[in-house]
Amino acid sequence: MHLPSVWFGLIAVLFIGYLFLEGFDYGVGILVPFLGRTDQERRALVGTIGPVWDANEVWLITAGGAIFAAFPNWYATLFSGFYLVLALLLAALIIRGVALEYRSKDDRPEWRARWDVLLVIGSAIPAFVWGAAMGNMLHGVPINAQMNYVGGFFTLLNPYAIVGGIASLLLFTLHGALFLSMKAPPELAKRADQAAFKIGGLTTVFYFGFVVLSYYFANLRVRLGVDPGPIPVLAGFCMIAIRFVLQRGLRGWAFALTGSTIVLSTISVFLALYPRLMISTLNPRWSLTIYNASSNGYSLKVMTIVALTVLPIVLAYQVWTYWIFRKRVSMDDTFHY
Amino acid sequence: MTDVGLARLQFGVTTIYHFLIVPLTIGTALQLAILETIYWKNPTPKMRALLDFFGRLFLLNFALGVVTGILQEFQFGMNWSSYSRFVGDVFGAPLAVEALAAFFLESTFIAIWIFGWDWVSPRLHLWSIWLVAFGTSLSAFWILTANSFMQEPVGFMLRHGRAEMVNFFALLGNPQLWVEFPHTEIAALATGGFFVAGISAVFLRKGEHVEEFHLSFRVAILTAAVASIVVIIIGHEQAQHLIVAQPMKMAASEALYHTSSLHAPWTLIAWIGPVRQVNRFVIAIPYMLSILAYNSLSGRVLGIDALQRLYVHRYGPGWYVPPIVVTFWAFRLMILIGFLMAGLALWALWLEHKGVLLKAKTFLKVMTWAIGLPLLGNIMGWVMTEVGRQPWVVFSLMKTADGVSPTVPMADIWITLLGFGGLYGVLGYIDARLLIKYVRLGPEANEPESPHPPLFQVPNPTDS
Repeated sequence: MHLPSVWFGLIAVLFIGYLFLEGFDYGVGILVPFLGRTDQERRALVGTIGPVWDANEVWLITAGGAIFAAFPNWYATLFSGFYLVLALLLAALIIRGVALEYRSKDDRPEWRARWDVLLVIGSAIPAFVWGAAMGNMLHGVPINAQMNYVGGFFTLLNPYAIVGGIASLLLFTLHGALFLSMKAPPELAKRADQAAFKIGGLTTVFYFGFVVLSYYFANLRVRLGVDPGPIPVLAGFCMIAIRFVLQRGLRGWAFALTGSTIVLSTISVFLALYPRLMISTLNPRWSLTIYNASSNGYSLKVMTIVALTVLPIVLAYQVWTYWIFRKRVSMDDTFHY
Repeated sequence: MTDVGLARLQFGVTTIYHFLIVPLTIGTALQLAILETIYWKNPTPKMRALLDFFGRLFLLNFALGVVTGILQEFQFGMNWSSYSRFVGDVFGAPLAVEALAAFFLESTFIAIWIFGWDWVSPRLHLWSIWLVAFGTSLSAFWILTANSFMQEPVGFMLRHGRAEMVNFFALLGNPQLWVEFPHTEIAALATGGFFVAGISAVFLRKGEHVEEFHLSFRVAILTAAVASIVVIIIGHEQAQHLIVAQPMKMAASEALYHTSSLHAPWTLIAWIGPVRQVNRFVIAIPYMLSILAYNSLSGRVLGIDALQRLYVHRYGPGWYVPPIVVTFWAFRLMILIGFLMAGLALWALWLEHKGVLLKAKTFLKVMTWAIGLPLLGNIMGWVMTEVGRQPWVVFSLMKTADGVSPTVPMADIWITLLGFGGLYGVLGYIDARLLIKYVRLGPEANEPESPHPPLFQVPNPTDS
């Protein structure tokens, strides 16, 4: 087996897991103060992600570690290049984590209101950043012959990336609303449904806006990595189907559809990139690929053995946690957050 | 300040902050696991309240440990991209394994522990806190595997201008790892012991909830006493390994400018003069350095001058001496704190044995303040290890100055340095305030709007 390709795939899996799982966490975080009118309601909303958000975030940390181990050059170029954006993302994640843990540690309403604002900001920033990052990954960024990023902060803030960011922000919010529709107490679930209908249209517009722009801005015409075939079409189809499913009250299916949109879109992006990791806009030959950025064969072999042993166990106990906390949150529950 | 200096400052600030909290949570997790085991055997409401009380304090710190750890995973790439390229092949693997094996375990089972009281069986609940304790220690093991490579590179070959892994098991068998990991891990257990003992002492002094807190005090101080003594013994082993593996770090930490005499004295304190290479007001213990270095009354320890010549010969022209004042004092402060910890813990055991602990109000007050000792000691040890390795980022392979990101502007580093520094400062302040608040509220603090959680109910299959 070609190990760099295996690791490209594994990292894609980690990102898919992260975006699918933390996607609804972010959405819930964004929606908390808008859907919860009383403090008890807000606690119930936060309670839906309480037992899972931390482990969901570990998917990102693991993706980071996997990139470092399997493609050190990718790790180095990406994080030193997207320096301020990454710092912003990490600061948001720090604030968000603390907001979740600390918001209910004091009874004063102004204390809780302040943390709720931080929770919204801390959830919205990563939700936006990942879409923008995908835009930049597809478009390519200025990378020199030494594999170093030579653009600035505003290079990354181009219109294409911004549309991508708004699309992912909306998509994760929708994903979160549909998660709440399944897990929140009945009254709040109804409000979450209404919110989903409200933002659903706009999400579809921006999502397809990003897809259409991709035909112009993404580095696809030069060379498409692997033809993703019907996958992006399917992703778009899922996007459209959500509304009709939700109208019939099939909440689980609606959530599965936003989930599929996220998963299929992420797969499409990774397929479009393959075998490139970061596209250089200065010279195609300066792009980082799975060949010139990877660790040596021995290192990858060791990591493959470790990953294939540990990852199934991790998946098993994560699924099991979701099973333990499968019940819809009730207003009568004891809330830790 | 140069960009290297700035990048180092940023890494130092964020890492030291992270390292202030993490040993504390590793140690407290073990204390909670022991307390819950006691509760599991004999579930009483008082014991449950005690467990919840320490659980609340633990989670406040744990949250900070987790969120500051996120930055750690990424900042090698941010400020140290040349380093990451050079060493990622070897260094990335333990980091990835840490995330995969330890972070998932911790984060999943901490959630079951927090939220699972009403959802899982008592036995499973007990398992989850033990798994959290195991996960935090496992995480320490993998990150120190990575760090040990920086101190003592093994299991690699230089190919294509970078270090490539050729033997994973050599990384795991790194002699540096097997002194560094036990020393750090057991110091963390002592830190948790002092934390729980110090908090318990608050209540013992006030005469509140004496029964429960006397129990937690005894558990904690026993852990702390054993751990503190073992830390000193392993620390001694580690110093002896240092003389062989990184003699310059040892020489700098001793401010030993010239190779010692055959019977080397150990400088207890002195006014360090690194520029003129003379120390004044020296108070030294005869023979002690020889004993520390070789367990023998005689034995020379190489000085900075000889090592500098040796290193120039080996690694080419350059200045290979780490900052002497910092390492000298960090080393001494760490040792002093280590002995203070062992002394205090043994003293507490003695008072307990005599049955007069509860009357020793002043001593109990000292024990509360002593929470800070291991925290400071941990930092000092870390500073000595990392500053003492300079000018290398990976000993003998890459200098710190060659490891920075070549294209990150200084302004950006300033932004993240001030941003994360400020953010961490605020979060630390809030954490401390909340800790104090919850200690004041004591074990009967219940959040007013939530019904008191029911005590353990074994799920009954018939009524589900």
